[in-house]
Amino acid sequence: MKILVPIKRVIDANIRVRVKPDNSGVETANVKMAMNPFCEIAVEEALRIKEAGNAEEVIAVIVGDSQCQETLRTALAMGADRAVLVETDVAVQPLAIAKLLKAVVEKEGTELVLLGKQAIDYDNNQTGQMLAALLGWGQATFASEIDIKNGNIDVTREIDGGLETLSLKLPAIVTTDLRLNEPRYVKLPNIMKAKKKPLDVLPVDEFGIDVTPTQTILKVEEPPQRSAGIKVADVAELVDKLHNEAKVI
Amino acid sequence: MSILVIAEHDNNSVKPATLNTISAASQLGGEVIVLVAGFNCSDAASAAAAIAGVSKVLQVDDALYEHVLAEELTPLVVANAEGMTHILAPSSTFGKNIIPRVAALLDVGAISDVAKIELADTFVRPIYAGNAMATVQSSDKVKVMTIRSTAFDSAASEGGSADVESAATAAGTGLSSFLKQELTKSERPELTSAGIIISGGRGFGSEENFGLLDEVADKLGAAIGASRAAVDAGYAPNDYQVGQTGKIVAPELYIAVGISGAIQHLAGMKDSKVIVAINKDEEAPIYEVSDYGLVADLFQVLPELSAALDNLS
Repeated sequence: MKILVPIKRVIDANIRVRVKPDNSGVETANVKMAMNPFCEIAVEEALRIKEAGNAEEVIAVIVGDSQCQETLRTALAMGADRAVLVETDVAVQPLAIAKLLKAVVEKEGTELVLLGKQAIDYDNNQTGQMLAALLGWGQATFASEIDIKNGNIDVTREIDGGLETLSLKLPAIVTTDLRLNEPRYVKLPNIMKAKKKPLDVLPVDEFGIDVTPTQTILKVEEPPQRSAGIKVADVAELVDKLHNEAKVI
Repeated sequence: MSILVIAEHDNNSVKPATLNTISAASQLGGEVIVLVAGFNCSDAASAAAAIAGVSKVLQVDDALYEHVLAEELTPLVVANAEGMTHILAPSSTFGKNIIPRVAALLDVGAISDVAKIELADTFVRPIYAGNAMATVQSSDKVKVMTIRSTAFDSAASEGGSADVESAATAAGTGLSSFLKQELTKSERPELTSAGIIISGGRGFGSEENFGLLDEVADKLGAAIGASRAAVDAGYAPNDYQVGQTGKIVAPELYIAVGISGAIQHLAGMKDSKVIVAINKDEEAPIYEVSDYGLVADLFQVLPELSAALDNLS
């Protein structure tokens, strides 16, 4: 079985994002970029499935600009076998990404696609579900446990109120939640090795898929800020304030 | 305009987030049609018909919809989408699971986590974990979106008298099957609809200590939440997590105990009406968003708070 892991390059999770003064977006110039954390979990899970003998090949793919090659190299350094960049300078939206990924899945003949549940830039949480719809495959979102057996994949999902376990027929789509695994650290020798692994660059035009965005971001603003309140001296004052001033208890 | 709201329900009643979604639908203006797909779900359909602002309820009662399987529910939504200008579901794990699949089946984009409706095609939504708000205009023929329930009032659960009709049906796909569900059992209110929430963080130090929240929560009638640090450390179950990657809440009163206030936690609770922070570190970032801060050791504060609440009543 081949596993495809679509990933995304985003502003590093530890960087505090700043809205541009002209409200056209957030500042990305000279900001540290990294692999989206949920995508790291997806790569890690694919590698574990391969290491357990349930897959032969792990392919990482990004739809993005040429700088995304760096992020694909990180996936290769983690242990992915090869990588594909569908290159475009357009900020492609989830439905068009799903259409491009469908073409990659069909070309590669993958039976399992593992993705992060969402990217921490636009927080859309859409691409996996859309890809599943376009392929007509089963989907398990928010996975916290995966078990592959006899042509099925059992997935425990983190849902509101607890956990749910589904069984999907393969081929299938799984999106990863936080507690599925702890991604490995990349070791230096593996970074060197990753430089020699295959990385195909495919121009988006070759796919013949319309990637024109249907959603326009009119403006991006700072959220309303809360101002710090007061410090109270003790529990008695706290309860008094909550009861008599805020009137919430 | 015709708006289809996909009800989140448990066959007996509709979930509170559905009420917020219906209120968002009413803001759009036009006919609000609620789809109730389930098994033995007549009570849920009647409850939906009684909600203020609902024009019509479409009900499908079939074992196929006993559990929410995206593969089965989404073709059903599409079968009932004819003539709709908008399709809405709550931005819960239910809505997030199905809405993008519905959108892709209709060959349109999806808009996640709508927090404000500007116009019928223009919406405000948080990006970057709520560190920025984007105003987005969609040119798609149908607007398919999830609604952030904390950003909209609840529609009144009484006052409506919509007809309940049979919905169009769809064939089963058999792509997935339900194996089991383990829901956290609790007598307390649900996190996302609670009026008061008391949350614990890493400061508790152990699962046993985390239980100190129970007594105060019971006296306040509060739901219990947790920071990601507390969940990762095993002090609290996963579904207690409040934050960008957990639940987004906005109660009347949020009490953060032993929580430092990481950005990812703040993104989940900063829209609460009144925020109380109890932490022994007076430099903790949680104090930057709290209305009332108490710099003290939680192990002393919680018993005192419990006693003080007794005196109050």
